[in-house]
Amino acid sequence: MPNVNLTINGMPTTVKTGTTVLDAARTVGIKIPSLCYLHLPDVDVVCKNSSCRICLVEVEGRRNLAPSCSTSVTEGMVVRTDTARAVEARKTMLELLLSNHPHDCLFCSRRESCELKALTDEMGIDELPYQSPVREAELDTSNFSIVRDTSKCILCRRCEAVCTEVQSMGIYSGVNRGFDTNIDTAFNTPMSETVCTFCGQCVAICPTAALIEVDNTPAVFRALRDPKKTVIVQTAPAVRVALGEELGYPVGTNVTGKMVTALRRLNFDLVVDTDFAADLTIIEEATELVSRIQNKGVLPMMTSCCPAWIKFMEHKFPDFLPHLSTCKSPHQMLGAVLKTYYAEKHNLNLDDLVVVSVMPCLAKKYENNRPELSNEGYPDVDIVVSTRELAAMIKHSGIQFKQLPESDFDQPFGESSGASVIFGTTGGVMEAALRTAYETLTGETLDKLEFEDVRGFDGIKEGQVQIGDLTVKVAIAHTLRNARKIMEEIENGTADYHFVEVMACPGGCIGGGGQPYHHGEIDTLKKRAGALYSADEAKTIRRSHENPYILSLYEEFLGEANSSLAHKLLHTHYVPRQKH
Amino acid sequence: MKRILSFQDLHNLYEDVKEQTDMRLHKLNQAPDFIQLPEHEKDETKVRHVMVCADTGCIASGALSIADVLEETVNRYGLQDKVKVVKTGCFGLCSEGPIVIVHPERIMYTQLKPEHIEEIVKEHLKDGHYVEHLLLGAREGDPVLLFDQVDFFRKQTRVATRNCGIIDPASLEEYISQKGYLALAKVLSEMKPQDVIETIKQSGLRGRGGAGFPAGLKWGFTAQEKDPVKYVCCNADEGDPGAFMDLSLLEGDPHSILEAMAIAGYAIGANLGFIYIRAEYPSAISRLLTSIEEAKKAGLLGENIMGSDFSFDIELRLGAGAFVCGEETALIASVEGNRGEPRNKPPFPAAKGIYGKPTVINNVETFANICPIILNGPEWYKTIGTERSPGTKVFALAGKINNVGLIEVPMGTTLREIIYEIGGGIVDDKQLKAVQTGGPSGGCIPIQHLDTPIDYESLQAIGTMMGSGGMIVLDETTCMVNIAKFYLEFTVEESCGKCTPCRFGNSYLLDIMNKITRGQGEREDLDRLYHLGETIKEASLCGLGQSSPNPVLSTLRYFRDEYLAHVDDKFCPAGECVSLMRYEIVAERCIGCTICAKNCPVQCISGELKEPHVIDQEACIKCGICFEKCPTKAIIKI
Amino acid sequence: MVINDQSTKFAELDRFIDELEISDKSSALIPVLHHAQTLFGYLPQEVQSHIAERLDVSVAKVYGVVSFYTFFTMEPRGRYNVSVCLGTACFVAGAEAVLNEFEKQLGVKSGETTEDFKFSVIPVRCVGACSLAPVVMINDKVYPRVKVSDVTEILAEYKDA
Ligand SMILES: Cc1cc2nc3c(=O)[nH]c(=O)nc-3n(C[C@H](O)[C@H](O)[C@H](O)COP(=O)(O)O)c2cc1C
Ligand code: SF4
Ligand code: SF4
Ligand code: SF4
Ligand code: SF4
Ligand code: SF4
Ligand code: SF4
Ligand code: SF4
Ligand code: SF4
Ligand code: FES
Ligand code: FES
Ligand code: FES
Repeated sequence: MPNVNLTINGMPTTVKTGTTVLDAARTVGIKIPSLCYLHLPDVDVVCKNSSCRICLVEVEGRRNLAPSCSTSVTEGMVVRTDTARAVEARKTMLELLLSNHPHDCLFCSRRESCELKALTDEMGIDELPYQSPVREAELDTSNFSIVRDTSKCILCRRCEAVCTEVQSMGIYSGVNRGFDTNIDTAFNTPMSETVCTFCGQCVAICPTAALIEVDNTPAVFRALRDPKKTVIVQTAPAVRVALGEELGYPVGTNVTGKMVTALRRLNFDLVVDTDFAADLTIIEEATELVSRIQNKGVLPMMTSCCPAWIKFMEHKFPDFLPHLSTCKSPHQMLGAVLKTYYAEKHNLNLDDLVVVSVMPCLAKKYENNRPELSNEGYPDVDIVVSTRELAAMIKHSGIQFKQLPESDFDQPFGESSGASVIFGTTGGVMEAALRTAYETLTGETLDKLEFEDVRGFDGIKEGQVQIGDLTVKVAIAHTLRNARKIMEEIENGTADYHFVEVMACPGGCIGGGGQPYHHGEIDTLKKRAGALYSADEAKTIRRSHENPYILSLYEEFLGEANSSLAHKLLHTHYVPRQKH
Repeated sequence: MKRILSFQDLHNLYEDVKEQTDMRLHKLNQAPDFIQLPEHEKDETKVRHVMVCADTGCIASGALSIADVLEETVNRYGLQDKVKVVKTGCFGLCSEGPIVIVHPERIMYTQLKPEHIEEIVKEHLKDGHYVEHLLLGAREGDPVLLFDQVDFFRKQTRVATRNCGIIDPASLEEYISQKGYLALAKVLSEMKPQDVIETIKQSGLRGRGGAGFPAGLKWGFTAQEKDPVKYVCCNADEGDPGAFMDLSLLEGDPHSILEAMAIAGYAIGANLGFIYIRAEYPSAISRLLTSIEEAKKAGLLGENIMGSDFSFDIELRLGAGAFVCGEETALIASVEGNRGEPRNKPPFPAAKGIYGKPTVINNVETFANICPIILNGPEWYKTIGTERSPGTKVFALAGKINNVGLIEVPMGTTLREIIYEIGGGIVDDKQLKAVQTGGPSGGCIPIQHLDTPIDYESLQAIGTMMGSGGMIVLDETTCMVNIAKFYLEFTVEESCGKCTPCRFGNSYLLDIMNKITRGQGEREDLDRLYHLGETIKEASLCGLGQSSPNPVLSTLRYFRDEYLAHVDDKFCPAGECVSLMRYEIVAERCIGCTICAKNCPVQCISGELKEPHVIDQEACIKCGICFEKCPTKAIIKI
Repeated sequence: MVINDQSTKFAELDRFIDELEISDKSSALIPVLHHAQTLFGYLPQEVQSHIAERLDVSVAKVYGVVSFYTFFTMEPRGRYNVSVCLGTACFVAGAEAVLNEFEKQLGVKSGETTEDFKFSVIPVRCVGACSLAPVVMINDKVYPRVKVSDVTEILAEYKDA
């Protein structure tokens, strides 16, 4: 791609054709404020509304000011970001955006991560020349995952873009027009009554507190402080490589050891690893796949560890539910095992046993409330908190995270293979499953464990593996838009895959709705994924079927994979839901 | 009509029908060929053409029943073979409607009521005497014999509106009689697409939808795009309130737009065109639908036009009440079935238009100029108008002007000519104060600029814009602050709400304007108006926001004293701002008739019969009914 | 009865959608809404949801579009639509006062419908008859050059209707 030369505030720079002025300015060390703009290039997330006008700059020869987020560089362009004209205009934009915004920063859940507040600081706004009545807060607390507070909405419409373009769900739309414009669900219906999948991507990109997760930390603290309760916590693979971001570590740091210590300091009685359950999932799922292939069952089989994807299927492709693997998602499996096997073994009263999952995910807050995911009236998992909520709990408790010693998960549910770690990124489940399926089916040992075809951030990846006589065709999709594409192929009969992995979030769970805010930095997602792959490499056990504790769990309790007890505890079923 | 299978077919047909409508083309300054009409009386083969304007304005004042009664009466008098009643498009003098013009005599009867028809048929059509008291101007005591000799018509040059009032827009044959579809035939048979674009470029034709972008350039850009699928789109959203040029063109000469769109399609390589038309124009919509159908049946649209290998179809897309959808990227969004929200440009529609395909979007009037340019050549076109703005412009004259209606004048005509010569001056001979052009995006031209020749650049230089052609004449009784507020209310209501400066900014501007017209304004508010207004212009995403403060800024520039009167003296010089005015009864003029008291909805007028009355100012809601009703004009506005 | 009537309307709407010649159905949304509003008189939620389902677009999108365009209404309108033109020509000629008078006499604000569903007062922006400003339309009947003092008389025409 040819390059373009331009000057910004008198400083010459050379960037690729097609670069925006906003990105070009970064090359000379200038950050132009932005609000409506968000771009994660490698995973095709882009919000280019050009609507907030907070990024205006002066371009020589242009009559009016240019939105730098959506103006591409041209050869010889002369840009100034620092003239009174540009600075004042940007300030006015922010003043206008703040003119009906609540002044709640002290008590607002986004006070630390709010992009609007950060800009107010950076741009030195100290009074509001224009004011109109603050929009009244109309909280939507209808569901287990997401709270909407429209009074904090600044109409950047990133949520609308992400939900419509990236997730193909279209839950939000601009409604009304002019001063009365709002971002809303159809007819202002509560989220629980829409087809929202609770993937949480809208929350992940909302710059303000207009979209936030349901805060479950009070419930966790309540359980922890109740002397009668035994509280067990498990953490998902993607949590350990993101939590550090909230606690002073650089992006991509794996903080497993300190996290485990912190959880103990928070007084959890048992600290276990969802990775263990990921290994369990692989055994169950690989067995299911093999049996479907051998018995001419419904193919392609599709993964089922992402609850947003499951809900998507239930709404949009109810006729294709038999394609979904019946495996519960890993943390639900672990919950089920804890509440049976572990509880029996330690003589725990189920009424006093609380299982908490720390997840990168907001959909899991909805998932654990699904009636199908319980046993004898006891939900597999009681409370789900996000990575962000865990960070908040650590802060609330005054735990100085950086100073903590490292420690290990409690056994037996603390042991995991490298295969399970990479569950947290797109393609990981597939790779883990392939390792196990290959070796169990062929009885051979893989020389090279890395399946490069299924790695990386491409929206849809395809691959094939020769297993004995059979060429196993696989596909991996992340984001629901890409998932929909695959489903449409399956619907048209043009897909001939055996196995498909789907993760609803861009990049998989590392980009989950409950993760620390990435603020539009694609590097954040890349580094988190990188950290997971390094963790895999660092493991001595890298195949799920070699996890010794898994093997003894089958021996002692479950029998064999896909046994009837396994089915009772580890598998589930799905229900068709309304289409629109 | 027979299907036209070749260019020759069309030429043959044209030869056959070309004299059908010639009679209606009055040659200006030619000696009148009538009064007693002996020739026609004698020539049994000749018929008279009685043209009835059946355009929206006249229909609203009852033209359809006039046409019916006329038809019926002609039959009753047994004149059906000698008189052809033709429903036609707007003559332009809409305020005089319903209007009938009799050809070949060029007699115009105005403000007709059904009961007048008998007289016209008997006296004029049968006996050959014109009916004096129904003539144009007769009611003002100044009857006009040859309608085309009055300034209103004499000063106009009709290019875009050439067929309005001349042909029956419902008749494809009549359109062909005026060289209809000959331009398309010429283009398809003799010209390469590039030649067509070159011709339009050379003509210097600029977009009539407001911005004045050269049409040929736009076509050229679209033609250059590689995409095999392209579209032509006619912007018939006409959202500027008080402007109805496009409506009249679509109703009065629909085929000329269809033909021009096909020419554009040929030039850029498109086979499908869209007309985006506002839903508030039901009659234009149905007229277009039938015209498209007819043209397709005749082989002038659709597959293999006139036997050539060029195919072109046209579909309608309806707006649904949103001014901003006239903005081209919002229009695209709307055609695609979305909220009409504009998007950032580039990419321009020429590169990425409807359904992401390269699209030429032009205004109705722009298209209306295409066929004459093709037929007469670019050099001819450039003889009209000014160097940088060749051709004519259609304006909708409205407001406090005598001849409210539609006019077409060469670019470079001055406002003075338009208002005093064509427009017939100000109603009730009041003092002209300003002319608002460009609608809600434009500004006010004060009288000191009355002699500015009108074209794109000169209007911009004095702080307004050409816009689509709405021209609202304001007199001394108009409050400039209030009119600016009116436009702002309009943009606030019509803002799509997408971008920050327009969504918030305009409504805060309006807050300030409300404050001022309520008598609560301060001096600082004027600075605020200025600064916020300028920022909105600089910062907004689309043309709506980029121009919405213009009415405020231009009145602030030229009528600062009126603002100051509101702010400093809490006084509205024009007496329009309700909070700043009151009604009073001048005792000397009051005859005590009690009419006002009886009509006052809040009963706040008191007084004995035959005694002067008084208004209780506290209770008065300033509805103005008493002011309207008082027979002696004893009630005044202060 | 009413239910039957409704289902006929839905059937007619479906027929219209099936016969659409537009390949990309989602771009047919606005024509479909126009048609639906003609059928039902307004666009209640169930009609919008139905359209979303049939065109396979999200309900939020349909609602977003309906709430954007002033032509579409989610409230049933009265039998008589009093459309008062507030275009510039009419405004300059005093349309605002005329509108106020209609509002006052009918006891509703603009955009609203009387309780008996007889009248709706709807401000419009230019109906193309500017030469007759100020213009009021009641359904299809045009009232040219309306003065405040004409309002009582105009409404009286509809007294017994
Ligand atoms: C708010 C707004 C409203 C507009 N409304 C119209 C309109 O009603 N009709 C029109 O032809 N152009 C309108 N335009 C201009 C169009 O965006 C576009 O420039 C025009 O249709 C191009 O055609 P032209 O080059 O033939 O003028 C509007 C522009 C803006 C910003
Ligand atoms: S959303 Fe941001 S700006 Fe608004 S109250 Fe919360 S922290 Fe403050
Ligand atoms: S920022 Fe100011 S107002 Fe807020 S807590 Fe600190 S001192 Fe108090
Ligand atoms: S909810 Fe958040 S993301 Fe959505 S428009 Fe409002 S501020 Fe933007
Ligand atoms: S959670 Fe996901 S599906 Fe639901 S509204 Fe947000 S982005 Fe859309
Ligand atoms: S991809 Fe992961 S984080 Fe995202 S919804 Fe699915 S399970 Fe949750
Ligand atoms: S300027 Fe106004 S109309 Fe245009 S995009 Fe912005 S808000 Fe919408
Ligand atoms: S203006 Fe209206 S309220 Fe005031 S006195 Fe006259 S009629 Fe009565
Ligand atoms: S209508 Fe005029 S003349 Fe009659 S009482 Fe009222 S003010 Fe006097
Ligand atoms: S960030 Fe550029 S317009 Fe919003
Ligand atoms: S509408 Fe009849 S003359 Fe204009
Ligand atoms: S402004 Fe009222 S009809 Fe045009």
